[in-house]
Amino acid sequence: MGKLVRKTQMTTGGPVFVYVDEEEDKIVRITPMDLDDDDAASYSIEARGRTFTPPRKTTYTPVTAQFKSMIYSDRRNLYPMKRVDFDPNGNRNEENRGISGYERISWDEALDIVCNEIRRIKREFGPGAMIIEPSSHHLWGTIGYRHSTLFRFMNAVGMTYADHNPDSWEGWHWGATHMYGFTARLGNPEQTDLLEDCLENCEMMVFWSSDPETNNGIYGAFESTIRRRWLKELGVKMVFIDPYYNHTNGLWGGKWFSPQLGTDAALALGIAYTWLTEGTYDKEYVETHAYGFDEWTEYVLGTTDGIPKTTEWAEKETKIPARDIRALAREWAKHKTMLAAGGLGGWGGCCRSPIGMDWARMMVALITMQGMGKPGINIYSTTQGVPVDSDFYFPGYADGGIAGDAQNSAAGAVLAYRMFNGVDSRPLVSHLSTAAGVHMNRMRLPECILNDKTEWWGRGFVGDSVEQQFHHYEYPAPGFSRCQLLYKYGGPHIGTMGQGDRYARMYRTKRLPFVVSQSIWFEGEVPFADIILPACTNFERWDIGEWASNSGYNPDSHNQANHRVITLQKKCIEPLGESMSDYEIFNAICERLHLGDVFSEGKTELGWAKQMFYASDLPKVVTWDKFFEKGYFIVPNDDRAPAAPALRWFAEDREQDTRGWISHFRPADLVDQKGLTTQSGKVEFVSNSLKRFGHYDTDDTERPLMPMYIPSWEGHHTARFQSYPLAVLSPHPRFSFHTQGDGKDSFVNDIEDHRVEVDGFKYWIIRMNPIDAEARGIKNHDLVKAYNERGAVIFAAQVTERVPAGTCHCYESCAEYKPLGDPGHAVDRGGCINILTPARFLSKYATGMATEHCLVEIEKWDRKELEGYEFKPLDKNHGGAEEKDSWNAPVNKLPGATRVAGQFYKDPNCNEMVWTEKAWKFSGHDWKGGKLDE
Amino acid sequence: MKQWYLTMDVRWCHDCNNCFMGCKDEHVGNDWPGYTGSQPRHGHRWVNVLRRERGRYARNDYRFLTLTCQHCENAACEAAGNGAVYRREDGIVMIDPEKAKGRRDLVDSCPYGTIYYNEELDVPQKCTMCAHLLDDPDWTPGLPRCVHNCPTECLKAYYVEPEEMQKIIEEEGLEVYRPELGANPHVFYKNLGMFTKNFAWGGILIGGDCFEGGKVDLVQDGNVIASQETNFFGDYRFDKLDDGKYTINIEAGGFKKSFDIEIAGKSLNLDYLDMDK
Repeated sequence: MGKLVRKTQMTTGGPVFVYVDEEEDKIVRITPMDLDDDDAASYSIEARGRTFTPPRKTTYTPVTAQFKSMIYSDRRNLYPMKRVDFDPNGNRNEENRGISGYERISWDEALDIVCNEIRRIKREFGPGAMIIEPSSHHLWGTIGYRHSTLFRFMNAVGMTYADHNPDSWEGWHWGATHMYGFTARLGNPEQTDLLEDCLENCEMMVFWSSDPETNNGIYGAFESTIRRRWLKELGVKMVFIDPYYNHTNGLWGGKWFSPQLGTDAALALGIAYTWLTEGTYDKEYVETHAYGFDEWTEYVLGTTDGIPKTTEWAEKETKIPARDIRALAREWAKHKTMLAAGGLGGWGGCCRSPIGMDWARMMVALITMQGMGKPGINIYSTTQGVPVDSDFYFPGYADGGIAGDAQNSAAGAVLAYRMFNGVDSRPLVSHLSTAAGVHMNRMRLPECILNDKTEWWGRGFVGDSVEQQFHHYEYPAPGFSRCQLLYKYGGPHIGTMGQGDRYARMYRTKRLPFVVSQSIWFEGEVPFADIILPACTNFERWDIGEWASNSGYNPDSHNQANHRVITLQKKCIEPLGESMSDYEIFNAICERLHLGDVFSEGKTELGWAKQMFYASDLPKVVTWDKFFEKGYFIVPNDDRAPAAPALRWFAEDREQDTRGWISHFRPADLVDQKGLTTQSGKVEFVSNSLKRFGHYDTDDTERPLMPMYIPSWEGHHTARFQSYPLAVLSPHPRFSFHTQGDGKDSFVNDIEDHRVEVDGFKYWIIRMNPIDAEARGIKNHDLVKAYNERGAVIFAAQVTERVPAGTCHCYESCAEYKPLGDPGHAVDRGGCINILTPARFLSKYATGMATEHCLVEIEKWDRKELEGYEFKPLDKNHGGAEEKDSWNAPVNKLPGATRVAGQFYKDPNCNEMVWTEKAWKFSGHDWKGGKLDE
Repeated sequence: MKQWYLTMDVRWCHDCNNCFMGCKDEHVGNDWPGYTGSQPRHGHRWVNVLRRERGRYARNDYRFLTLTCQHCENAACEAAGNGAVYRREDGIVMIDPEKAKGRRDLVDSCPYGTIYYNEELDVPQKCTMCAHLLDDPDWTPGLPRCVHNCPTECLKAYYVEPEEMQKIIEEEGLEVYRPELGANPHVFYKNLGMFTKNFAWGGILIGGDCFEGGKVDLVQDGNVIASQETNFFGDYRFDKLDDGKYTINIEAGGFKKSFDIEIAGKSLNLDYLDMDK
């Protein structure tokens, strides 16, 4: 082993040091970062006689801790592949997708096939017939990300985006925006400076469908754990409401409430009823800050519908004793309480369930009753709101990157103007995925392909105004051809979308003539493609990115981490096998289509990274050379501005003064720069936007004007409950980030709470109470079949008290789809619970996913489907990696065709001067390479 | 002579498995000549997170214990090894990757079950406390990977004189896991009883509502061994209880009640008790 070189990278689970043996071109270890004395000082908060300052070290998640095993995985696609019975000039055998195996082809052949299809489709069908769709979370970076490199490619070639739904905001987006605004955050409330407020003032925390030890906010690793420890040490009481005894509950203790699935709104009403009847809410605040409260009060008290929402009534729905609900309501009213609703402030958890809109609106209702924005009273889950300098500009991954596509990212807010001058460097925007162009909804891809006509309301991420949620969309778009090409980037649909095997059925039809899958791993739906293009991980390419910063509709999300860590994401090793970075693959296609210069502007990824560096505030404080060498930079905290806690301005009826760019980005949303972005400027218990534009009085029965308890359409009041009496909670997983981490023969598969090995196959886990297990003759780690009318999936049972009888728990987002028979129809033993979850939207007009709950029946698996089952080619790893002697010693054959010396990576240290750099140096700025260097 | 010790606080482990993942990251695919050959990709658990579920819905909890090689002063593997296993001067127990070739018997010699067999290399393997890193001046964190990876700092490593460690043990109330084995490990646990012992957890009601501020005594052999006040859910909870018979005396709102419980290898959810009925 040669001497190790320490490089830097960023992941969805935290920043890392990467120890690389450059002689052997091998990653040896991946660790969290210990900050050194040259790095900026950490924040420090004085509160209640103590000083709180975070450890000088970053944290990472178990998924990131095992990243090396995802890089060196025998599931890697190592060379381009073609389905053996796919002939672009003859029989395409579309129906064999998912069944047939693959053969290795050269990059030349692969690119020829792809480019010829692009040419043919553009000539024969015109624009709009090529759909491109990435997964939600590609590997980190502002350059290589889907909003950046992929959009630049999409717009250079003329493809159409399959719109993503706001999958982590859903109930907040489609529900809460109609109550308290925050459309520019898709319904999440602002979180700035809330840690200081919480440490100073908070006396109790109610974690409601919030599990930061599992979900880490998003991207925040274990940064917030220390904050909860501080609160615990300060004696702050903690209560946990979650059907599952989650891991945050496990670590911090406290009372656990497990509402029957789909009844969270009933629990909230029981609490509100107690406050209303006992007079323990903030009447003065409600008087001045709420609209329609009296009408809602009448509903809660039962004046209008004859059902007083007493705690006894709530007990019948939730199965939580009325006395416990009263005790919680009384203690809550007595103390300054932070409501940790969802994974960040708002976000995630129950909002992704059939009752997501009611739950999110109830959360807003409860915190409003106690004085939202007053000291110690807010929607806050401890995952955000640290006092870092949010005014220091560095873009997040959703800010458009190298594409600058303002229609499909937040590029139009700030970045596009700093990144491009229109002369030396130009953005590439979409003329198809525009308000009036062609749309496909990701959750309706199968229907768009298979049905003659599909319609929905709301484009997906509807962040411009709540009113646009009611815009009508249909497929095919008027005047445009139907889809002829699906360019899929990553392969997680089956594991992550409701009724996931719809996507398997979608692939196996002649209505979809050509499918490209550009993917790092051979997993999920990748083996349904005609051509597989091998991509590489971010550890094998250059990028630049900040920790936990998605920005865009999740602005200032960098304030999840205790330090703002901006990394030069260094290329640690050469791409394995013949894999290439997404940028290189797209560039190769563009070159063949005579678009090479338009796409790349002659720049490598490192060149773009440098352009991004100079588009940010970084050059004010550090030189490129120093940044390049050290690989990361900690943004200094400014102690200039006093803390301006989220929503304090609203509580005190002042102009909005929260920090960060988004507060000032859309001044037109406000009247006199005061109040919320609702029509009344207040929290609307009766929604004006729904009244004006909604369908509440016709057929949008699950989205009434007010937050109400509407029995779940996937709950115990439905007729299906008789056949499928077990209610499964299926939240985001703990040991994989969505599908990242799972499968791939990676290390997490050895974690006992992730998968269980039975007879040589590692099964996904479903958790059930001993009472339900015993009634079905099921013991711990037995293989079971969970099923409903949507399908059947095999799991390993974990018999546990973490769920009460009647409730089960099964993480969603497994990466493996392993049908034992006909793909799209047969029982799956990969573990895709989403085959059993509903594909239905939240409501007819609320186009959100509702996959967090499903009704099933479970039986011990008789293994009948395994009898006579013959292993198909696809059961084997087909990424080509199985031919390698060892994943530890990559072969690194130079790929053929386009990647010739001098064409790419001609300049590994990027000595060319990008325009942003020139602009800096010649702009008259007193540029000295950063004051920190002096 | 300074010695290496590991400590683990059961209270702060939440099964994130960063220790386990860090160990695999360090050892799978990496040879550390003179220390240990590479770990197989799957199957070994040099850091094993043991799990225990206590109680019954909705008064239950989950406790974890990270079990590595205990680096015993009185190591059974060393005795069985005939030179294939040795203790370094700094207290770390090592399996010699050359001398231990073929010594499958060493796997069974460990009473804690922390030695695994590497079929490919034909050698027994276990946690080395990342000795190759501790010996490397370039390794700036200066800690074994599992400890460095732990986000709650429930895992700690100490390099101190035995007397200093003795002081830490006393101050922190550290214990040895399975002391009956007499192995004198260099791994110590805080709040071990949360994993090895049990709780009794119940609540009280008056007028059908949760009652805060009730006085609850736990009595054993006529002596009050612990006292608590009920919280706002009326709950009380006594943890780290040995097996045996106890009496619980409760005084609340002018009512008194008393009942007997027995802990026998299991934690108890005592449910709510109506004080006034």
